[in-house]
Amino acid sequence: MATPELTAGAEPRLRAERRRIGEDVVKAVLALCALVSVATTVGIVVALFVPAIEFFREVSIVDFLTGKDWSPLFEPASFGVLPLIAGTLLVTAIASLVAMPLGLGAAVYMSEYASPRARGIIKPAFELLAGIPTIVFGYFALTFVTPLLRDIGVPVDIFNTLSAGLVMGVMLLPTVASLSEDAMGAVPRDLRDGAYALGSTKVQVATRIVVPAAVSGIVASFVLAISRAVGETMIVLVAMGQQPNLSFDPREAAEAMTAFIAATGAGDVPTGSTEYKTIFAVGATLFLMTLVMNVFAIRLVRKYREAYE
Amino acid sequence: MHADARTIARAALLLLLLVTLAGCGGDGRDSDDAAGGETTTAPTSESGGDLSGRIQADGSSTVGPYTTAAAEAFRGVEPGVQVTVGVSGTGGGFERFCRGETDLSNASRAIKDEEIAACKKEGIEYVEFQVANDALTVVANTENDWATCLTVEQLKKIWKTGSKVGNWNQVDASFPDQELKLFGPGTDSGTFDYFTDEINGEEGASRSDYGASEDDNVIVQGVTGEKGGLGYFGFSYFEENQDSLKALEIDAGEGCIAPSVETAQDGTYKPLSRPLFVYAKKASFKRPEVEAFIKYLLDNETQIAESSQYVPLTDEQLTKAKSDYEAAIEEAKA
Repeated sequence: MATPELTAGAEPRLRAERRRIGEDVVKAVLALCALVSVATTVGIVVALFVPAIEFFREVSIVDFLTGKDWSPLFEPASFGVLPLIAGTLLVTAIASLVAMPLGLGAAVYMSEYASPRARGIIKPAFELLAGIPTIVFGYFALTFVTPLLRDIGVPVDIFNTLSAGLVMGVMLLPTVASLSEDAMGAVPRDLRDGAYALGSTKVQVATRIVVPAAVSGIVASFVLAISRAVGETMIVLVAMGQQPNLSFDPREAAEAMTAFIAATGAGDVPTGSTEYKTIFAVGATLFLMTLVMNVFAIRLVRKYREAYE
Repeated sequence: MHADARTIARAALLLLLLVTLAGCGGDGRDSDDAAGGETTTAPTSESGGDLSGRIQADGSSTVGPYTTAAAEAFRGVEPGVQVTVGVSGTGGGFERFCRGETDLSNASRAIKDEEIAACKKEGIEYVEFQVANDALTVVANTENDWATCLTVEQLKKIWKTGSKVGNWNQVDASFPDQELKLFGPGTDSGTFDYFTDEINGEEGASRSDYGASEDDNVIVQGVTGEKGGLGYFGFSYFEENQDSLKALEIDAGEGCIAPSVETAQDGTYKPLSRPLFVYAKKASFKRPEVEAFIKYLLDNETQIAESSQYVPLTDEQLTKAKSDYEAAIEEAKA
């Protein structure tokens, strides 16, 4: 903002006379902190892709990406990853259909409509929801939601994608709601006041002013939610079944990529075997999927970003 | 003879106790050493509570509960000994056993040739103990009122590689139009190996489009939750869940036989009755806590098997296991 004017030529005497060792140390420590995350990422990529590449020496990448049968642990083995990708995409889609509209609605309500008292109740409730371990959500889906769906006449299998997706959507609700609400809260008051001054109703302000102005933050919350859905493991492991399925029928059991990794990685397959390397191949595929999605999302956010100064 | 040895051991312990009390405040380490020296001549499990250490077991999820039950009971005798029991499947267990990572390997089938080779390569020698019998049980939902008995051929038709049977009426024309939902153990399970070998005629040959899990409780959940559900696992999991599951009788050409303690012991439950094993590393036998644990396990085999709902060994089988133990001890001492 308003920096004090300096007369030309008069260099501000802000630099210390002597180098301060303490400052160097602090700087080094902080740099190290930043470096840890970079190094970890690099380490993960290497650890993931080296066995994955070995896997593709043994199994054709075309078979892997186009095969419709996933049974790597059976005789004869088959390595078509599509059923797993289908499982992950389907459960993510269901979860998104729950989390995005509900989360956005909740965010609009909290940001534009709720009285401070209502907010005081809803916010902690969401925080509580965000604190529930995913394994609990998993058993909630299996032992509560699935029987409930059957009671209301939806013919679902005991393990099914629908209840896993619905519960995962509820799990993601707080993420979408709180990030979107933050974005809406950051929209300047002037914009709202201006709209009201022109005679807008509350709904018009919310839908035509606040949401468009906060769209980059909202999209960011959606992307984070999708990423978490794709990577979520416990719910799909417990409630969705472990049966590769390409049917895209949410009433049936299916296997998500993470569930395969978790179930297979639990110490059963011999280290170094092709079966073992499938874990890394699936992991690498999952990694690339989220990477592509994140890159795409960042583009989207930049494009629609509205900056107010 | 046996009773005599016990009496001597008790007397020795009593004496030691008195000596320790008399020398109150004296050097405790001395008396501990003395105790160790005395008790090696007597059965170790009688010494009561002065052993310590950690015993690592892993392997079959079918045998796991048996070893766990034995370990829990053993804690009452030797609280200083910790027995950890993993359940990564018979194959997974041998994998670790032959790398030398575990002392005991639980197995729901005998060790395979390639596993013997793997152990040999690493120089791991072992003793095989049969610890219980099992009746591999085929289960259906309690609401299933049409099927009480399946023939081996019908089972094969359902489970063989590439099978497309998806409805009960394809299994038998008299069965109703009810979707068939299959659950079973994963490929690393000894139960899977045994079932595929006996039913499909080739170990590892199975259809793959069923809900597969190494965790038998997942199979229980699956079959309990589906009216047309069908699954298979070890007898103990059925016993534990008999209120929520129905066991099917098996007809191997000599009429329908239900799985039970009797039919498993006398071998009439064909072809799915089988022995369950614990493999012990010979090198670990030199450790008194491992020796004591195996001894405890064999001495109390019937109670452990009954309390954890397994089929106990017959007298003949138990005698053989005990003489194998004695031989292993001899060898370890030599």
